Amino acid sequence: MQNLIKKNLDKRYKKEALFKKMGIFSISFCILFLVIFLGTIVFKGHKAFFVNKIALEVDFREESIRENSNKKENIGNLSFEEIANDLSFVKLVRKSIREKFSEYKDPQIINSAYKIVSDIADYRIQKSFEENPQFINSKQLIWVEVSSKVDVYLKYNISTSLKNEEVSIINNLVKKGEIKSFFNYGFFTSSDSREPEIAGISASLKGSFYTMIIFLIFAFPIGVASAFYLEEIAKKSKLNDLIEVSINNLAAIPSIIYGLLGLTVYLQFMNLPRSSSIVAGMTLAMLVLPVIIIATRNTIRSIPHSIKDAAMALGASKMQIIIHHLFPLSIPGIMTGTILAVSRALGETAPLLMIGMVAFIADSPQNFYEPSTVLPVQIFLWSDSPEIGFAEKTSAAILVLLTFLIAFNLFAIILRKKFERKW
Amino acid sequence: MLIVSLIFLAIFSFLLSSRLNKERVELTRSGYKRSSLNAHYIYSFIIWSILLIMIVIFSSFSNFEKYLSLFFLIFTNFLLISYFFKQGFNAKAHLESIFGASLFLTAAIGIIITFAITLSIVFESIRFFEMVHVKEFIFGLKWNPQMAMHSEQSVSESAFGMVPVMMGTLLITFIAIAISLPIGIMAAIYLSFYVKSKTRDVLKPLIEILAGVPTVVYGYFAVIAISPIFKEIFSYFSIDIAAESALAAGFVMGIMIIPFVLSLTDDALNSVPGHLKDSALALGSTKSEMIRKVVLIAAAPNIAGAAILAFSRAIGETMIVAMAAGLVAKLSFNPLDSVTTATAQIVSLLIGDQEFNSPKTLAAFALALVLFIITFAFNILALVVVRKYKRY
Repeated sequence: MQNLIKKNLDKRYKKEALFKKMGIFSISFCILFLVIFLGTIVFKGHKAFFVNKIALEVDFREESIRENSNKKENIGNLSFEEIANDLSFVKLVRKSIREKFSEYKDPQIINSAYKIVSDIADYRIQKSFEENPQFINSKQLIWVEVSSKVDVYLKYNISTSLKNEEVSIINNLVKKGEIKSFFNYGFFTSSDSREPEIAGISASLKGSFYTMIIFLIFAFPIGVASAFYLEEIAKKSKLNDLIEVSINNLAAIPSIIYGLLGLTVYLQFMNLPRSSSIVAGMTLAMLVLPVIIIATRNTIRSIPHSIKDAAMALGASKMQIIIHHLFPLSIPGIMTGTILAVSRALGETAPLLMIGMVAFIADSPQNFYEPSTVLPVQIFLWSDSPEIGFAEKTSAAILVLLTFLIAFNLFAIILRKKFERKW
Repeated sequence: MLIVSLIFLAIFSFLLSSRLNKERVELTRSGYKRSSLNAHYIYSFIIWSILLIMIVIFSSFSNFEKYLSLFFLIFTNFLLISYFFKQGFNAKAHLESIFGASLFLTAAIGIIITFAITLSIVFESIRFFEMVHVKEFIFGLKWNPQMAMHSEQSVSESAFGMVPVMMGTLLITFIAIAISLPIGIMAAIYLSFYVKSKTRDVLKPLIEILAGVPTVVYGYFAVIAISPIFKEIFSYFSIDIAAESALAAGFVMGIMIIPFVLSLTDDALNSVPGHLKDSALALGSTKSEMIRKVVLIAAAPNIAGAAILAFSRAIGETMIVAMAAGLVAKLSFNPLDSVTTATAQIVSLLIGDQEFNSPKTLAAFALALVLFIITFAFNILALVVVRKYKRY
């Protein structure tokens, strides 16, 4: 008998241990995935924050400028300034590349050397020339980006798209210290581009910012006001029940359906400009409205009844109770909810694809009506391109987005900890 | 224009307040009383004036007419309010009703959005069903909308049968549920019963990071990491797996839903009354027996509700499948195959320039209608399950 009991007990303890192991497995699965996930993104993306640049000695002296002007005719008659204004920077770059590789006699090598330097080198030099007019009549050492192929080779040692002699030239330059790795400021200050080496996230950051402003303008007042209506003013009636049910239901509708709604209502019906931040913000406002409403309602509910009762006993009306007491007391909770709502809206992609935010946009938007793109959509666009140069940019953009989201969430947690009241 | 009208407003509010102050003194001297403060009259003056200003500014008057009518309207408003003050009008109650009405209007936006969604999707779908028969859409076994690129092209060349798309959706959803439900529920149980509260405070936010990650990031992760890993593993056993397999998309989607399941299950477990747990333990059951035979059964309706919500969430998930699942609709139940989903189809149909008259574009709305109906039904089902089978 005792044996039987002991056997049974052993069996039960084994089951207990197994159950516990399953729990540990589940938790460690989640944590492991999180670690692998973050690790992969950081591993793939961290190199995009650096970029390799090559030193070019650009000749801005009179002779060279005359030689490289766009103006072909009457070059002798024109003044120096006129020629300098019409300088061909492409030619200038080619000249300095030729000089740099003058030791190689083979014209083929010179030809491939042109491809080491990024296609937009002339634009970079033009910009630094315009910013520093004192460059004229001197030779200047300017660092410009190498082309994406070379950048990928230097970062990841993938040389499939390079010829052998090109590789040896590059290795030579690196040894001489004429190709160096710099922090990639351009990633944060330049917009999207077809060339991966100079594509940046500034336009999409700005677009995200504009979209969030529109989102807040619409979602915040509406969300907070309807939460107060539902909690404090609404009496039991069919209409109010309908409002309650529809708001709860809105929270569970797939986000892409809001995109279709934005497409038909804002683009087709109201004729607002496609892929503008105003449409994006309004679409996101509809999508995230329930989040703000639910957060605000929870905050209002947590305020003790005694405050309301006391105000009412002193003769305050409903409006006075809400404006003078409930609203100020619930501000911290509303703020926390709003920040979380913003972080939700910041990462939303699917509905924005529906309102046309997939176009290639090279300029950052100047107002709410201009076509713009947002950070997650930029990630989606870059993730589609096959070049390796864009793959690292995608991961880097994801890192930036995740940093923002984590910062928002931390801020919300701190806010909650700091202002949370235990009634 | 705005500045001028605000200046008007400020001047008249000031005049009104000084006038009301004077009159109130006289009134009190002669024994009358007003239930509202002067401030209430001024507030109602300001609110009505702002409304008038808005109407004037957005009207189609010329500039001169606008200034004139602004001045005139604000002045009339001023006179009216001072007249009402003498008549004993209760401005406080008036403000109160304005306040209530405006809050009601904002809350009604919730209904408006619901109706707008329903209407827009239903109308576009009706236009689609004028071109493609409903029967063909629901029971058709072929989905190939890309044929009808232009509206002139005959519809008969392309196929609009939603069965393969829906099957693909269900396949990926089932994979996601098969991963997220057991792991989410076990993790919730472990966190609420086996872990000290300090460890729990660390672990739970860590897992909730997964909930905050945007889905586009999950999609990218599925493409660059999970799909290659699965390919590697299966090719080691020399099994063929598609590059955009349903398994990889479903796996990542399952992980995305884990925090959702976890927090819902957590709530369900916490709502089980303590005396049930204590009595189970007092009768000599082990912890796992207590959990399996008492707590889980008591919380079953809520957990079932959570499962249904997770299901509807997985069906509506877009970015992961748009990036990691295929676009070719295949009637296949093999998780190693590449299948497509309704949301992925909507994205691929509506991306880029659309003509609103082509069946290709409208097909997306029909799919959205199906999605909407399914998720709506599931949300209601979850509510009903939780309400009907609640045991305590």
